[in-house]
Amino acid sequence: MDTEEYRDHPVRSYVLTSGRAHPSRNTLRPETLVRAVESRPVLSTAGRLERELVQLCRGTLALAEVAAYLQLPVSLVAVMVSDLVDSGNLTIRSNHQAHVLPGKDILEKILDGLRKL
Amino acid sequence: MDSASSDRTAPEQHLAPTVARSVKVLVVGAFGVGKTTLIGAVSEIDPLRTEERITTASVGIDPGQPNKETTTVAMDFGRITVTDEIALYLFGTPGQRRFWDLWAGLADGAVGALVMIDTRNLEDSFEVLDQLELRTKIPFAVVVNQFPDSPSYPLERVRAALDLLPETPIVECDARDRPSSVLTLITLVEHAMTFPVFQKVNA
Ligand SMILES: Nc1nc2c(ncn2[C@@H]2O[C@H](COP(=O)(O)OP(=O)(O)OP(=O)(O)O)[C@@H](O)[C@H]2O)c(=O)[nH]1
Ligand SMILES: [Mg+2]
Repeated sequence: MDTEEYRDHPVRSYVLTSGRAHPSRNTLRPETLVRAVESRPVLSTAGRLERELVQLCRGTLALAEVAAYLQLPVSLVAVMVSDLVDSGNLTIRSNHQAHVLPGKDILEKILDGLRKL
Repeated sequence: MDSASSDRTAPEQHLAPTVARSVKVLVVGAFGVGKTTLIGAVSEIDPLRTEERITTASVGIDPGQPNKETTTVAMDFGRITVTDEIALYLFGTPGQRRFWDLWAGLADGAVGALVMIDTRNLEDSFEVLDQLELRTKIPFAVVVNQFPDSPSYPLERVRAALDLLPETPIVECDARDRPSSVLTLITLVEHAMTFPVFQKVNA
């Protein structure tokens, strides 16, 4: 495994997220879709990474995609996303509740889609 | 310290604005079994990678050593926009017990898992299957990835060797081939549809 590439360590995560190790909500998953709220300017107190995150999300992306592009762990990006949702800069695009499994109707649509690939 | 953006190469590829729902499937299996290859074969974006630092319980009892250690675990993933509204994400992760903390979180809410196996190293997949069966309730399908020098056993023999339940699907696949890999996903979703937990309609 290439550890050279690995950019994060616990101390840095801690600093970046102002000392919180876990997101305030546990509704965020790696596949949760997020998107910037265009009308909402990023607070002047926001850091460079936050700005970059919001910029990335001018179109819909899953949290894991945001993490991969920023080269940060998903767990850390979840904390940042959670804060940016609280500040009104990001919105959760996936409209399902956390911990609710997709229903049969959704699975049928997925199957149809896969069969057409 | 370098800025994270300066060495970001791929331009981000946003989902269509109509996509408002995501679902996920896990791709698990022993080291080198073809997880990344399968994800790359079906994904509409170049597979992406994230890394997570996790604390793992070390294997065995060594009185001189602390019983926890920190490791970096990589997760590759890809996505398929399956309908105008739904994106399917495939998360590839090692399924061994020591990575449980990482993939327990991933398994939460998943439609199911593809368990990739290599007939040259069947026993490498026992631990992954044990973890799935004992610690999750998620549907899974077993994917036998065919390598050129893999002995070709009848699938029923592989099923017996892995001690699978009769209803667990087992399929052969060439992970480099898109249609072949898509078929494994179709098999998994069809199997998931038989699970009571997915019967509810909750669009
Ligand atoms: N012939 C053949 N080669 C394959 C197939 N699938 C994967 N490979 C090769 O096997 C090697 C390992 O494949 P990967 O997709 O990297 O396996 P992985 O499970 O992601 O490996 P780790 O992430 O290291 O655990 C690569 O060199 C692939 O090109 C297949 O279906 N047929
Ligand atoms: Mg891999």
